[in-house]
Amino acid sequence: MQIEGKELTKEEKQRLRKEKKQQKKGKEKKDASLPQVSVAETAAPASQLKAERRARQEAERTSKQSKKGDTGQPATTSKPKIPPNELQPGTQNTWSDHPHHMLYLIKQWLSPEIFFFQIPRRLDYGYKVSLFSHLLQYSRKAPLTQQLSIPSAVIHPAIVRLGLQYSQGIVAGSNARSIALLHAFKQVISDYTTPSNEELSRDLVNKLKPYISFLNQCRPLSASMGNAIKYIKKEISNIPSQFKEDDAKKKLLNCIECFIEEKIVLAAKAIAKSSIEKINDGDVILVYGCSSLVNHILCEAFEKGRKFRVIVVDSRPRLEGREALRRLVQKGISCTYVLISAVSYILPEVSKVFLGAHALLANGYVMSRVGTSQIALVAKAFNVPVLVCCETYKFCERVQTDSFVSNELDDPDDLIVTRKGETQLKDWQQVPRLGLLNLVYDVTPPDFVDLVITDLGMIPCTSVPVVLRVKNVDLL
Amino acid sequence: MPGPYRETDLTEKVEAFLSDLKRGGSGTGPLRGSAETARETTALLRRITAQVRWSSAGDLMEVIRKEGRRMSAAQPSETTVGNMIRRVLKIIREEYARSRGSSEEADQQESLHKLLTSGGLSEENFRQYFTALKANVIEAINELLTELEGTTDNIAMQALEHIHSNEVIMTIGRSRTVEAFLKDAARKRKFHVIVAECAPFCQGHEMATSLSKDGIETTVITDAAIFAVMSRVNKVIIGTQTVLANGGLRAVNGTHTLALAAKHHSTPLIVCAPINFLFISGEILSKVNVHCPVFDYVPPELITLFISNIGGHAPSYIYRLMSELYHPEDHEL
Repeated sequence: MQIEGKELTKEEKQRLRKEKKQQKKGKEKKDASLPQVSVAETAAPASQLKAERRARQEAERTSKQSKKGDTGQPATTSKPKIPPNELQPGTQNTWSDHPHHMLYLIKQWLSPEIFFFQIPRRLDYGYKVSLFSHLLQYSRKAPLTQQLSIPSAVIHPAIVRLGLQYSQGIVAGSNARSIALLHAFKQVISDYTTPSNEELSRDLVNKLKPYISFLNQCRPLSASMGNAIKYIKKEISNIPSQFKEDDAKKKLLNCIECFIEEKIVLAAKAIAKSSIEKINDGDVILVYGCSSLVNHILCEAFEKGRKFRVIVVDSRPRLEGREALRRLVQKGISCTYVLISAVSYILPEVSKVFLGAHALLANGYVMSRVGTSQIALVAKAFNVPVLVCCETYKFCERVQTDSFVSNELDDPDDLIVTRKGETQLKDWQQVPRLGLLNLVYDVTPPDFVDLVITDLGMIPCTSVPVVLRVKNVDLL
Repeated sequence: MPGPYRETDLTEKVEAFLSDLKRGGSGTGPLRGSAETARETTALLRRITAQVRWSSAGDLMEVIRKEGRRMSAAQPSETTVGNMIRRVLKIIREEYARSRGSSEEADQQESLHKLLTSGGLSEENFRQYFTALKANVIEAINELLTELEGTTDNIAMQALEHIHSNEVIMTIGRSRTVEAFLKDAARKRKFHVIVAECAPFCQGHEMATSLSKDGIETTVITDAAIFAVMSRVNKVIIGTQTVLANGGLRAVNGTHTLALAAKHHSTPLIVCAPINFLFISGEILSKVNVHCPVFDYVPPELITLFISNIGGHAPSYIYRLMSELYHPEDHEL
C-alpha cells in the first residue's frame, strides 16, 4: 500500500493498515459511505503530521460546534481549504471517540456545502432588487481569476478556461455551452488516471463534482448542461469494474461523442426537416434574438428553395439579434431588424413566429431568453401562430410559473448607455434607491405557444411531461 | 383679408417658434414636454390676437387658422399645437356668441343637440364687430394659459387618491406628468416604481434617476422584461403624447406591449394626460417611420382610467370632452 509519490517506512505502513481496519469498522456504524475525495496530484505530507493536524482541527471543530448550534455551515466557510486527505483512511481512529465529529461529517456530506469545499464563493456585485435578492448577481468587468483563487491543483485547466469563457460571455447559447462542456469533459477524461486503490466509476464522478461547482460559480448551469452532466455521470457509474482503464476511457469518450451527435446535431436536422413543412412560400417569419437552432432551420429552408423573409427582433442590452441578422443575411435571406418595443407595430405583417428555447419545463412552460414571453403575448393578441423549436435533451423536470423564483441576473452595468452625449445611469451605485435589473431568462405560459417542434415530432406544450416520462424509463 | 402685421418682431417670434418646432421634433425625439409647447403656442396666439389688426371675429379666425396651418406643418407629430389653436378658435366663437347675447345654457344644451344633428348654427359668419370682443378673447386666452400652467399640479394633486402604500407601480419612458404625479404621492406614501427604459432613446433612465433622487425606490428594467415582471406589478401608470377621440392613445413605442401585458395580468392601466392632449382623429394615425416607430397606437379597450387636470374619466367619456373643447367646424384647420 503506497501513498503516491512517497515511499513509506514500515511503521507508517503498519499504522495505515490499522487505520484502514478501523475505517471499515466505522463504515459499518454509519449508513452512508463517505465520498472518497482523493486528489491524485497533491503530495501527501507525512502521516504523522497529518494525524496531529487532524487532531487539532477536530478539537477546534468540536469547540466551534459547542459555540454555534449549526454544525455544517460555519466549519465549511471558515475553512475553505479543508484538505481532502482528511476524509481518507486515517481519520477513522477518532470517529468512535467523537460522536459529534461523526455527526458533523455526516451533515457535511449530506449538505450541499460539501460540493463547494475548495471552491471559494464568488462575490455579489451591486445593489440587488429586492424581489430577486435570492439570486446571485456578478459583474463581468472584474475578471474571475481575481475574484476566485482557483486552486490549480484541483481544477483541470480545460475547465478553468471553460469557466472563464462562460463568465465573460464568450461562449453563450445553450447548445454552444453544452457542447463546450462536453468537449472539456472529454479532455478531463483523457487526462484522468485512476488512483491505485480507487475504482474509476466512483472516483471519476467525485472528481467531476468540484469542476461542476466551479462552473456553476462562473455562470449558473443551464438545463441542457444539467442533463448532459447527468448523462455522463450515469455512463461513468455504469462502467463495469472489470474494464481496464484505457478501455473505460475509450468507452466514455465514445459515449460523449454519441451524445453530441445524436442529441444535438441529428436532432437539429430532424427538427429542420419537420419545420420546413411549416414554412410556406411568401411567409413573413419573426424570430427573436439568436437561437442556433432557429437559424439552422431558416438556412435549411432557404437552401431547399422556400421563399420567405425574416424579421429579426432584438433587445437591449445583449443585442444578440445582430448576430442572427449577420448569419441570415450571409445566406442571402432578406431580413428586417427591429427592437422589441416595435413588436406590436410590426406584427400585423407577420405570418409565423419561430422561437428558440433554453429549456422546456415539466408543466409546459417554456424557459427562454427574456422578452420571449412578451413576443408570444403580442403574437397571441394578433392571432399569429407561435412555434417553439427545442431538442429533447433540453427538457427539464423542474416546474416554474413565474420568472422570479429561479432566474439569472446578469451584470447590471450592461444597462448603462450613452445617449445624446449623456450617460444617465453612470453613478447608479451612488444613488441609494436605484436598482438596475438585467434579467436573462423568462418563462412563457403554454397557452401562448401553439406548437413545439422537437426531434421526436411536433407536440403541444402540454405533452412535455409525457416525453420526460418516456425518457426517464430508459434514463435518457 | 388679414391686415399687415403691425410689428415685425411678431413675425420674428412666429418664425422662431416654427423653427423651434421643426428642430424639436427631428431625429432625437421631443426636446421639450408637450405642456411647454402648448403654453408657448397659446402665448403666441395671444400675441397675435393683441397685435394683428382685425376688424371682426372672422378675420381673427382666418389669421389664426393660417398661422395654425403653418405650425402644424412644421411639426406634424406635435399635436398639442393644433389642439391649442382649435381651443382658441372655440374661445373666439364662444366670446362672439356671448357678445351677441345668446346665453350659455342654450349653448350647452345645443352641444348635445349638435352631436345628434349635423350642421347647426350654419348661418354664423362672424362678421359683426364688437368693441369688447378683443378684450374678452384675450381674457379668455389668459384663463386658458393659467389652466395650462396648472395642469401638472392639478393632476399631481389627485395622486393620493390612486396610489396606496407598498404598491409596485410600472411606467415606461419619461413623462413629466407621471413624474410629478409619483413625486407628489411619494411625499405621503411609500411605494416602488419599476421603469421600463424604452429603447432606443432610453428616456426611462432619466426618469429613474430623477425619481430615485426624490427618495422613491426605483428599478430600471429593459423593454424585454416587461411581461416577465408584470405579474408583481399592482398598477401601470403612463403618460402619453396624445389622447384620441375614441379613447385610444398615441404614446411612445412599447406602450402597446405594456398595455397588453397589463391586460393579461388584469392590472389597471392609468393614463395621466392633461386635457389639452385630446386630439381629433377618427382613424388610427399612421406611424412615423418604418423600422423605428416612435409612437404606438393603444386601443381604448386596454385602458382603465384617464387622469386629467379636471379629474378622472373612463375612456368611453373622452368623446364628450372632445365635443366640449373643440368646435366641429374647426376639425379641419
